[in-house]
Amino acid sequence: MSVVSDRLKRSRVRNLREFGVETLLFLAAFVSVVVTLGIVYILISESLQFFQHVSLVDFFTDTQWTPLFADAHYGILVLISGTLTSSAVALAVALPLGTVVAIYLSEFASFRVREAAKPVLELLGGIPTIVFGYFALITVTPLLQKIYPDLPGFNILSAGLVMGVMIVPYVSSLAEDAMRAVPMALREGSYAMGGTRLQTALRVVFPAAFSGVASAYVLAISRAVGETMIVTVASGSQPNLTFNPAESAMTLASYIAGVSQGDLPHDSIGYQTIFAAGLTLFALTLALNIFGHWMRKKYREVY
Amino acid sequence: MIANNVAKSEPASIKAEVKNFNFHYGAFHALKNINMPIHERKVTALIGPSGCGKSTLLRSFNRMHDLYPGNRYEGEILLQPDNTNLLDPQVDPIEVRMRISMVFQKPNPFPKSIYENVAYGLRIRGENSRAVLDEKVESALRGAALWDEVKDRLNSLGANLSGGQQQRLCIARALATDPEIILFDEPTSALDPIATASIEELVTELKNKVTILIVTHNMQQAARVSDFTAYMYLGEMVEFGVTDQMFIKPQKKQTEDYITGRFG
Amino acid sequence: MQEPDLLAIRAIITRHKRWDLFFGVLGICCLMVGVLTLVALFVDMWSSGAERLSLDFLSSFPSRRAGQAGILAAWVGSVLVMLVTASFAIPLGVAAGVYLEEYAPKNWLTDIIEINVSNLAGVPSIVYGLLGLGMFVYTFGLGRSILTAGLTLALLILPVVIVVTREAIRAIPQMIREASYACGATTWQTVRDHIVPYSSAGILTGVIIGMARAIGETAPLIVVGAVTFIAYLPPVPFTGEPAAGLFDWAREAFTVLPIQMFNWTARPDAAFHANAAAGLVLVAMTVGMNALAIWLRYRLRKNIKW
Repeated sequence: MSVVSDRLKRSRVRNLREFGVETLLFLAAFVSVVVTLGIVYILISESLQFFQHVSLVDFFTDTQWTPLFADAHYGILVLISGTLTSSAVALAVALPLGTVVAIYLSEFASFRVREAAKPVLELLGGIPTIVFGYFALITVTPLLQKIYPDLPGFNILSAGLVMGVMIVPYVSSLAEDAMRAVPMALREGSYAMGGTRLQTALRVVFPAAFSGVASAYVLAISRAVGETMIVTVASGSQPNLTFNPAESAMTLASYIAGVSQGDLPHDSIGYQTIFAAGLTLFALTLALNIFGHWMRKKYREVY
Repeated sequence: MIANNVAKSEPASIKAEVKNFNFHYGAFHALKNINMPIHERKVTALIGPSGCGKSTLLRSFNRMHDLYPGNRYEGEILLQPDNTNLLDPQVDPIEVRMRISMVFQKPNPFPKSIYENVAYGLRIRGENSRAVLDEKVESALRGAALWDEVKDRLNSLGANLSGGQQQRLCIARALATDPEIILFDEPTSALDPIATASIEELVTELKNKVTILIVTHNMQQAARVSDFTAYMYLGEMVEFGVTDQMFIKPQKKQTEDYITGRFG
Repeated sequence: MQEPDLLAIRAIITRHKRWDLFFGVLGICCLMVGVLTLVALFVDMWSSGAERLSLDFLSSFPSRRAGQAGILAAWVGSVLVMLVTASFAIPLGVAAGVYLEEYAPKNWLTDIIEINVSNLAGVPSIVYGLLGLGMFVYTFGLGRSILTAGLTLALLILPVVIVVTREAIRAIPQMIREASYACGATTWQTVRDHIVPYSSAGILTGVIIGMARAIGETAPLIVVGAVTFIAYLPPVPFTGEPAAGLFDWAREAFTVLPIQMFNWTARPDAAFHANAAAGLVLVAMTVGMNALAIWLRYRLRKNIKW
């Protein structure tokens, strides 16, 4: 039967093509794994060379970070303190604001307000960070100096505040999604008992959506920790062990950006420091991401 | 080859035969030891209460279950005249689907033009000649009693048609490739009574050209359109027979209860 | 119900309603913080930079004199870097998204890929800069070039493209796939003829958002070594003496708009701050792209009914 054999031949060509396409698509998907491995490999291999010069004890206990000075110190705590301080300021703005905006948009706002507000927030989240940095340095800092005349021109406060506003859309959009996923039946239950909007929002919807809201928070933290340009531009280039937002300081990310501007010879200790700082930053955000993932799984609500 | 010849010499009235067929969704034994013939150029209806496995059986004929992991077939569905076991892992499911086409519960035209919807099956068989496509699309649309309604707007979207027209478009799509069997999975459950009547009429006409297997939960529909009926319950084939006899004088009490509405 | 009880309940309700009103106002205020920041940012940049905005500004190279400096090299660099980014990130991201939605079996390897994608989306952009520096600049020897910058940004937005591709594909109902398979289509034919065409508008929306993010990125490009002072353009293919090759431009040193803006912002000389009007061009580009994406998505939601 020639028909059958023709069909079989076609199917062999076809199966070969199917297999080829699937392999190509798989390789494309596998690139993400390669990228992660690449990041880990680059960070660790350069950091290993760094740790041949600097002991882990010094790295974690020294209170100065002056790698490019003659009297070099490598205390990562200095950069971590700057990172934590700027993140804390940003989150003190972003989390409350973002949460209120999310509750408002999900439970209070009319359809038209929501349709108008969401694109605006999205545009805000799409502004390049360098523009926010410019805004913090040129506009917000002088404003703050009118209130606190002692505030230095470079400070964490202004960078943190602007960073906070920048992060609001991330928090509000994810938290709002989580709250809108709460089924109407739960809200109706509360309204039927005579609950007001606010009571329903705070006592029924918010707790029900908590896992989604929490993961929005974790994402916000992770963004604040990794944000570079705003602090690079507005917080100065003095590594400074401080938790006072009114001072100038460097974060892990702004140190990397700051040092990279100069011409660092490959294989110098200065070159290796940016990878050590990068590894610390990567580990911090990775831990946050894993924590967020775990949180989402653990508190996943089943409606 | 010899087997094929032997099969060919048999009377052509049996188009396919289900033999000792079992089907598992993971650990769930959905179909239990099904045996039934499918007669050529007749309409065979599968009826039974929800969850009895009638759709599962239908979707086994074109190996739709292969699309999802964890499904397992046992036994045979032999397609004549070449006596191919459709369920054989060696048999390419795509080849099976090229020979047996399907119409779904809800009309599911592609978001393409009416013309491209009907031509799709031909195109994936490598047919690119405009003349051949034009001819086959027209005859399929005529076969589905849709040609007169759409001949002036073949390039408009299939989704712009009414529900009944969309379902006839899906029938045209299934017809265009000259399949040996067409499977209908509750084709009228999403349609209004008038559209339902036109689809039923169409099914009756189509059986002159092609073998039809139809799942329905509507017993009047089964009585109206089918020549043979199989009653299924909880994954088992309770009774199979000529439709008229089955509806007048069922062999089993269980079938009678269902048909008369005392159950189901 | 007794009269006093009813009065008590009414009092409670009045109090609760007051809280409702208060929260409504609070919500609008919080929303306004975001909106006003956006407005202040525009006004601020416009008032300080609008005077510098002219054709000369767009067609001049940077200069030591603030009044003559322009952003020609920067915007050409941005365009070229985006070209490289798009040509790597879009095919790779769409292919990966298609694989994960339409092909990937449920197994540990798929899990690993999925975890990686979601994790990469949370890696700070500056870390991608370090990857670009260690990998592209030194290991692969691509130098501090347009190609390196484009590739680094491509890896940065890859998770975005993958995620939006998957979302767009997931919006296609299963019955469309079944219809295609029932016609006898293979997986690849189903993907090529149905999945990709029907999800293309959604994918496009995400790609635009990803590109808008890439065009505004500064930190990773500082790390891979953007140059802040370039007074020439990369060679146009097949011109010059000797004639430049088709891809010679990709090996040139680069600068981009956000880098140029950073450079001028960081200078103590306030005259250059007006030049940070380059930011105006940058904001216009990113806001324009994001607005286009939002509008596309809005159209899409209105038009598609399965």
